[in-house]
Amino acid sequence: MSDVMAPLDGARFDGLVTVEALPAQGQITLRCEVSDDYRAKLSGLLGLAFPEPRKAVSDGDRALLWMSPDELLLLLPYDEVPEMLARLEETFPNWILLAVDVSDARAHFRLSGAPLRDVLSKLVPADMAPGAFVPGDVKRSKLAQVAAGIWLRGPEEAQLFCFRSVADYAFRVLATAAEPGGEVGFHGT
Amino acid sequence: MLTLPCPCCGADAAEIELVPGGEAHLKREGPGASDEAVERYLFERENPKGVVLERWRHAYGCGKWFLAARDSVTMEVYGTYPAQTHEPPQEIRDRIARRHPDWAQGA
Amino acid sequence: MSTRLAKGGRLTDRSKQIGFTFNGKRFTGFAGDTLASALLANDQMLLGRSFKYHRPRGVVASGAEEPNALVGLGQGARFEPDQRATTTELFDGLVADSQNHWPSLEFDVGEVNAKLARFLPAGFYYKTFLWPRAFWKHLYEPVIRRSAGLGKAPHPEVRDIDRYEHFHAHVDLLIVGGGVAGLQAAKAAGAAGAQVLLIEQGAHWGGRAPVDGGTIDGMAAADWVARTVAELETMENVRLRLRCMGAGVYDHGYVLGYERVTDHKPGAHGPRHRLWRIRCKQIVAATGAIERPLSFAGNDVPGVMLASALRDYVVNYGVSAGDRTVVVTNNDDAYRTAIVLKKAGLAVPVILDARPLGGGALMEEARALGIRVEPGRGIAKVLGGKRVTGVATCLQAGEGSVLEEIPCDAVAMSGGWSPVVHLWSHCGGKLAWDAENAVFRPDPTRAPTGADGAPFLGTAGAASGAFHLSDTLADAEKAAVAAAEALGHAATAAPPQAEAASEAALLPVWLMPQGARAELRMKAFLDYQNDVKVSDVQLAAREGYESVEHTKRYTTLGMATDQGKLSNINGLAVLSDALGTPVPQVGTTTFRPPYTPISFGAIAGEARGEIFQPLRRTPMQDLHESNHAAWEPVGQWRRPYCYPHPGEAKRDAVNREINATRQSLGILDASTLGKILVKGPDAGRFLDMMYTNMMSTLPVGKCRYGLMCNENGFLMDDGVVVRLSEDSWLCHTTSGGADHVHAHMEDWLQCEWWDWKVFTANLTEQYAQIAVVGPNARNLLETLGGMDVSKEALPFMTWAEGALAGTPARVYRISFSGELSYEIAVPANRGRAFWGKLLEAGRAWDITPYGTEALHVMRAEKGFIMIGDESDGTVIPQDLGLSWAISKKKADFLGKRAQERTDMARDDRWQLVGLETLDGSVLPDGAYAIAPGRNANGQRNTQGRVTSTYYSPTLKKGIAMGLVRHGPDRMGEVLGFTAEEQDHTDDKPTLVEARIVSPVFYDPEGEKQNV
Repeated sequence: MSDVMAPLDGARFDGLVTVEALPAQGQITLRCEVSDDYRAKLSGLLGLAFPEPRKAVSDGDRALLWMSPDELLLLLPYDEVPEMLARLEETFPNWILLAVDVSDARAHFRLSGAPLRDVLSKLVPADMAPGAFVPGDVKRSKLAQVAAGIWLRGPEEAQLFCFRSVADYAFRVLATAAEPGGEVGFHGT
Repeated sequence: MLTLPCPCCGADAAEIELVPGGEAHLKREGPGASDEAVERYLFERENPKGVVLERWRHAYGCGKWFLAARDSVTMEVYGTYPAQTHEPPQEIRDRIARRHPDWAQGA
Repeated sequence: MSTRLAKGGRLTDRSKQIGFTFNGKRFTGFAGDTLASALLANDQMLLGRSFKYHRPRGVVASGAEEPNALVGLGQGARFEPDQRATTTELFDGLVADSQNHWPSLEFDVGEVNAKLARFLPAGFYYKTFLWPRAFWKHLYEPVIRRSAGLGKAPHPEVRDIDRYEHFHAHVDLLIVGGGVAGLQAAKAAGAAGAQVLLIEQGAHWGGRAPVDGGTIDGMAAADWVARTVAELETMENVRLRLRCMGAGVYDHGYVLGYERVTDHKPGAHGPRHRLWRIRCKQIVAATGAIERPLSFAGNDVPGVMLASALRDYVVNYGVSAGDRTVVVTNNDDAYRTAIVLKKAGLAVPVILDARPLGGGALMEEARALGIRVEPGRGIAKVLGGKRVTGVATCLQAGEGSVLEEIPCDAVAMSGGWSPVVHLWSHCGGKLAWDAENAVFRPDPTRAPTGADGAPFLGTAGAASGAFHLSDTLADAEKAAVAAAEALGHAATAAPPQAEAASEAALLPVWLMPQGARAELRMKAFLDYQNDVKVSDVQLAAREGYESVEHTKRYTTLGMATDQGKLSNINGLAVLSDALGTPVPQVGTTTFRPPYTPISFGAIAGEARGEIFQPLRRTPMQDLHESNHAAWEPVGQWRRPYCYPHPGEAKRDAVNREINATRQSLGILDASTLGKILVKGPDAGRFLDMMYTNMMSTLPVGKCRYGLMCNENGFLMDDGVVVRLSEDSWLCHTTSGGADHVHAHMEDWLQCEWWDWKVFTANLTEQYAQIAVVGPNARNLLETLGGMDVSKEALPFMTWAEGALAGTPARVYRISFSGELSYEIAVPANRGRAFWGKLLEAGRAWDITPYGTEALHVMRAEKGFIMIGDESDGTVIPQDLGLSWAISKKKADFLGKRAQERTDMARDDRWQLVGLETLDGSVLPDGAYAIAPGRNANGQRNTQGRVTSTYYSPTLKKGIAMGLVRHGPDRMGEVLGFTAEEQDHTDDKPTLVEARIVSPVFYDPEGEKQNV
């Protein structure tokens, strides 16, 4: 495991919010046409409800994020990916389904702090207002100039993910937006 | 700065989250097609002042292509609809007809 | 003289003194002052010189419409030119300098232009400097540039030290303008339940009402404002922001707001400006109105100011512009200024009212205070140069014969008020001419419409042309109710009771006196900043400029930084008169955002320095950095170009890397290559459409080089396709092409063949990919151990999966250099460690990391094409000798039909060849092969061009590839290519001679890669 190095391994910025680069995160992209059978089998395998559009469901260290009408992102411990891929193969034999390891393709950050929505609103065009973005929601939008997904995990905590090559950029723009003195007080703190 | 509702994921997408794809409902012309048909397919575009049917990709969102019926003069959006169709749904055609009674697709 | 009054100034705090500097002189003001009010308090009336004639100019207004009082603000890394003194809040240590003068503000050599004014009429530059042409660049332009222009741009090497940011806000209702109309609208809409954001460009709420007087709900206006703001602050659904201007309105309710966060406290923690990117459902523009100047001779002499501005300086800042002020007007409102001045103990020798019968109640009030009122009179001309010393009066109805000279040191002028319709107009709202008030006001029947086809913007108060206080509030209430109802909230109008003096009708006055003689019209300024006079617009009309848009550009009326806020209506009225066309038919020029200039910093936001744009990093990027890589941008990636040793030139480093790789062992970070997984029962059929080659027949375990064309038939991308399993393929793309190719695939899957069962996934970033290249490549992998990479187990163009030195890996036996070569993909999180393992184990063979330039040279030595070099969007694979990669068996693929078009099938298309200079030198990149004769445009004919050219350390000479007409049939022929250095006056081009050869310069049999 010592060979494994997640992007920006352990980087952290404390400002208006705290920005932390998370350690290696197991991730599987699942693409399949959604059917009742698919929902039932997948929920059965994962022990997670099937997420509604633009939502995430999670339990412990596993989460299932709705990415598009035929795409989900399964989050799980990094080491469990090969076994999970095998179990997916068993659960969906001969299905038209794409299940692929993308654990190394995306970087994840935890953002926490009361002015979370204000800090994100400096960079994200999508509506970050409490009425439009509630815990459990996943928004795919832009973070300044790059694509990013934001999973609101609690009233003051979000998990943000982007492609790993732009992790450094994402961290820097987040840190800039979270720089003290830049309080906006728009979404209320 | 347009805002278009993505019919695939349901999110309101700002123009900066979208990538434009030009005129919708082009009929692909492949091998065997006449020169005239190929010319139409590859090069001729309507670009009307008024109702446009156009392709957009929700590139910074769900990644899906969708189609929009829009007025290129007033920016009114008559509706957005999935890309897997050859014409706008009736509901959108009705909304267009209320503003442009004489409008016909491809006319 | 202008001075601070003994008392007064509702916005200033006289207990807090503030020191500042203007043109090097120390001054003192009070907290709450603007730079303009503080300068006036110190009798600094002269603030700058005009653009063209360098005439002395002073403050004319008190707000955003100010055309004259522009200063260079700050120093060094905080210097900014063209800042309005009237909207600059005073702070301790402020440093300002006047602009557009030389050698000093008081003595300016450019003033000679003013003496020559009758030789500098409208269109002077167009007419005079056209001929001779060559003089423009070397003589006219440098001289004009030095003498004209406003502030100086900051020094190019000085970096702005402040930070800036954006903020995306989504609101139901945006109200722009925090005067009484905006406040009332916010109150009404807020009470109805709408989510409201109210922004105000200035530092105070209430707008003009506290200065102009009147009562609201029985309270003085200022008290009502304070109470209403307090009330709004308690409402959870209403948000208030000062110092935030509504800069522009765009389609679908997108609005830019410009917040000046720390301009008034420089150096404070935090961003200087914040650009608000607001997406709202409804907008109420409560943007007020701007007073118009009157056009009389000398109306630009320092001391001539808008009547409302004089009133503002007295009431808001306790500052008088002069001891004796003559008021000249065509309406009742200016009487308020006379009354305010008189009550402040200042002298008002006369009110000149252009209306034959004068005004109403306010006139009576002024007379009761003992002020002399002269109806039917105007100003013939202002006396004084750098400062008003008096006015010569005349009959408004006459030609300007002087009746009387009245000494004074200030003139308060009012030509009526124009609604601020900018935001209404930005997104298509139309205007109607209101003849009674002589204004263009929004036509509510032609409002800007949004995505649903319904109006999304309304105006409130003076912006609608509702000037009387009670009308203003009633109109605001109406606008708020309409917006709230559009948002689905029930609301009923209940405007507050307001009382203010009733006003008599104004008389439109576009020139004073009405029949002013030529010498007066030549001194009657319309646009102060650009020095456009009444006579200029009249001349333009005589010369045939009928369109207001053309007249604007010809005379430069309204083209300065104030964008004609004071001048436009007066100017087009003069034009209308000169053309004999009614004002509404002449129309207005187009209102464009931003309302007032906004900083470049705010537009850039956080995007500067390291985060100007995303720089994509591979998992090994920091290792390349510590290995002193020189960089080459590839899309948003920065790839190592080469790794120079200390003191080594880049060229030498490239040659060393190539030699080391060809002779022993090199490694390349190829992680940037696109990797797209295509899976599903129809994946083979789909890839057969995507690629020109047959991909469905590729056996599992094998690799195939593929070409991708667009529907126009042109080569788009290339790369190695790998058959992973029965139903899945991995498509490698170029580094710059990954996202595009993935989007292209999804486009065809989603929009054309949506019933095909195929899924794609962009796995580009999942893997670190490393090319291990050279005769010792296999030795290295065998040393790492874990996989059989022998010739037998892993022949050329196959792949295998396993683990190398304990790292899970997929190994592709492919070569882009012509050497024995493996590309190894490992999980990206392990890429950094794996690169280290390779370097460690490769020491025995002097392992050498190489960069993109070595990669390019080695591929060119082999005659491999590069997308973007050999292809440029007009090249088809057939041009590049790649017909072998175009399947003849397939009925269809993207671009197939287009490649049958006449132009594509032509037999004289330029085609790929190798090129070798006769003297061994390196051909210039992009050089053209000259053909005899000239084309219809007199240009030399060409017959080919260089697409790739390098020094080959392997062959120790220059090698190149190029596209040449009939090229492959002309082997051995020598062509002349344009040399880098050309003397364009010489009729004969300097040529470099090169021979057409095969593009494969190195190991044509492929013996080295296939070992």
